[in-house]
Amino acid sequence: MGRSIKKGPYVDQKLEQKVEKMNEGTKRTVIKTWSRRSTITPDFVGHTFAVHNGNKFIPVYVTEFMVGHKLGEFAPTRNFKGHANKKM
Amino acid sequence: MARIAGIDLPKNKRGEIGLTYIFGIGRSTAQYILEKSGIDFNKKVKDWNDDEQAAIRNIINGEFKVEGQLRSEVQMNIKRLLDIACYRGLRHRKGLPLRGQRTRTNSRTRKGKRKTVAGKKKAPKK
Repeated sequence: MGRSIKKGPYVDQKLEQKVEKMNEGTKRTVIKTWSRRSTITPDFVGHTFAVHNGNKFIPVYVTEFMVGHKLGEFAPTRNFKGHANKKM
Repeated sequence: MARIAGIDLPKNKRGEIGLTYIFGIGRSTAQYILEKSGIDFNKKVKDWNDDEQAAIRNIINGEFKVEGQLRSEVQMNIKRLLDIACYRGLRHRKGLPLRGQRTRTNSRTRKGKRKTVAGKKKAPKK
């Protein structure tokens, strides 16, 4: 079930504040965040986020097509490279 | 011969079923169309007269996206997911299920025919 529209999209408060601050100033830096559950709002477009995947931070550059997705969708937590080849 | 939305409908089927041969139209949409144009569900496709066909065409053109247009829309949506490299896009790329289903077993629709790995131990019998 989707989230109620009344509440609006969920964004971590800390993260929202940081983005607002960045939008006011001109300086753009990478925002480090653990908040994978935050929805990407139109304010986020053009920023780069370092999204934690449980191990390290994955840089995610947000484009307008990403609006509506969650930050975590862009930082995979599993890294499966295929099965090992036994004969070698 | 009833030709609607660029495809031939099977003439010996009931209208309600015949319309579902169009990509993008299922049972409920077919029923809606027939109800709106005032045609009996059980009337065979070959028995539709020109007026009735025109009415159906009008409704489909006006209210629904079908066939090629719909197919390309679906493809565009998938392409968007691939381009932004989100989780669902990555799953599309790998040909695995997108919505968190298990992949240890099953998911054969997405994964295709079984690829047997030689030398893999079989589960012991009981």
